Amino acid sequence: MEKKLTVPFTKEEAKTLKAGDMVSLTGTIYTARDAAHKRMAETLAKGEALPFDIEGNVIYYMGPSPAREGRPIGSAGPTTAGRMDKYTPQLLDLGMLGMIGKGKRTDAVKEAVVRNGAVYFAAIGGAGALLSKAITASEVIAYDDLGTEAIRKLTVRDFPVIVVMDSEGTDLYKRE
Amino acid sequence: MRELNVSQITETVKEMCIEANHVLSPDMKAALLKAKENEESALGKEILTKLEENLAIAKEDMIPICQDTGMAVFFVEVGQDVHLVGGNLEDAINEGVHNGYVDGFLRKSVVSDPIERVNTKDNTPAVIHYSIVPGDKVKLTIAPKGFGSENMSRVFMLKPAEGIEGVKNAILTAVKDAGPNACPPMVVGVGIGGTFEKCALLSKKALTRPVGEHSEIPYVKELEEEMLAKINETGIGPAGLGGRTTALAVNILTYPTHIAGLPVAVNICCHVNRHVVREV
Repeated sequence: MEKKLTVPFTKEEAKTLKAGDMVSLTGTIYTARDAAHKRMAETLAKGEALPFDIEGNVIYYMGPSPAREGRPIGSAGPTTAGRMDKYTPQLLDLGMLGMIGKGKRTDAVKEAVVRNGAVYFAAIGGAGALLSKAITASEVIAYDDLGTEAIRKLTVRDFPVIVVMDSEGTDLYKRE
Repeated sequence: MRELNVSQITETVKEMCIEANHVLSPDMKAALLKAKENEESALGKEILTKLEENLAIAKEDMIPICQDTGMAVFFVEVGQDVHLVGGNLEDAINEGVHNGYVDGFLRKSVVSDPIERVNTKDNTPAVIHYSIVPGDKVKLTIAPKGFGSENMSRVFMLKPAEGIEGVKNAILTAVKDAGPNACPPMVVGVGIGGTFEKCALLSKKALTRPVGEHSEIPYVKELEEEMLAKINETGIGPAGLGGRTTALAVNILTYPTHIAGLPVAVNICCHVNRHVVREV
């Protein structure tokens, strides 16, 4: 079934999402991929604060192509989530409530999703031109030197995702 | 001896980088369309419809089809009767990549060192495979390769006793392990024979063969068709969310090998299997 949801959302709202649901997200999300995750983990290891408040927020695993003039962003589809698995349980335990990516996750991520009542969404891989149309604003908020891998704050309107792992740990990729 | 100024190659490479990342080749587009018509899963059909929309938007609005505009892989066939002037060929290709990726608003995804990982900011260097061929032309094939699918690619050093069943098993194993990570529907490039590096190169080259064309070797053609059917029976489906469209094609190239070996490489590509060919 198709649902509309504003981001960030609450734990109660996260609970209503079930694996297989098509969801349109509207609001604010943050991008981070390999290099940004590594840097965030190093920041936390030093006891410092993350460059944005992760509690209740959604991270989109995405590194866009450059925006042409007059556009908020270039091509903007998901990257493979599994590469972030090493860092994800820690971020979930800090209150992150959602992730958008594609592909399989480890059991450690699944356990952290269940423990924290979070949700893992998939966006359609390789549909970066289409998905860019649901992004209305983009601003680099940290790690500018990482180029495409910088952390961006995105404003999205009806950004289409599918729940692949819900807060109970049901995994759509593992259906029979 | 025909003289060819390498600046012509730089200009051509630039155009190829931009074209490949915005316009999918007709063979791939036709394969996606056919898959959409045949897909039985409602969700799978919807995903394939979205991919079609994505291609239209990419072309009309000049937004790359996928944000991962890849590492620029080239196959360069240099005619032995060509005399290249005005600089060296490798620099000319890399300058074309620089110009294409910077001026074409393509993503810069290359880091200068695999461990130190500092972005080169212009997507250089390219990965270039040269061969010397008869004639007085230079034929360039670009296949920008995204790493979602590249990461799921494999080399298997099989024993001769494992034979064709071993090959089938290797292909299926790689595809199943790749699953949703490789952005299915995939194109599966397979290299059989040669040496460790030769089979890997063949598997990459196989991806540049137009989808729908088959090997001229009868048993290889049969293997391509059988494996495509088997892969589509896995049910992985579009985006890995179920359906019959898991692969659009299995392209296999073979080469003689050693009495003691049966190397098999499986290079997986996503549905954005980009390739552009130009002759200069």
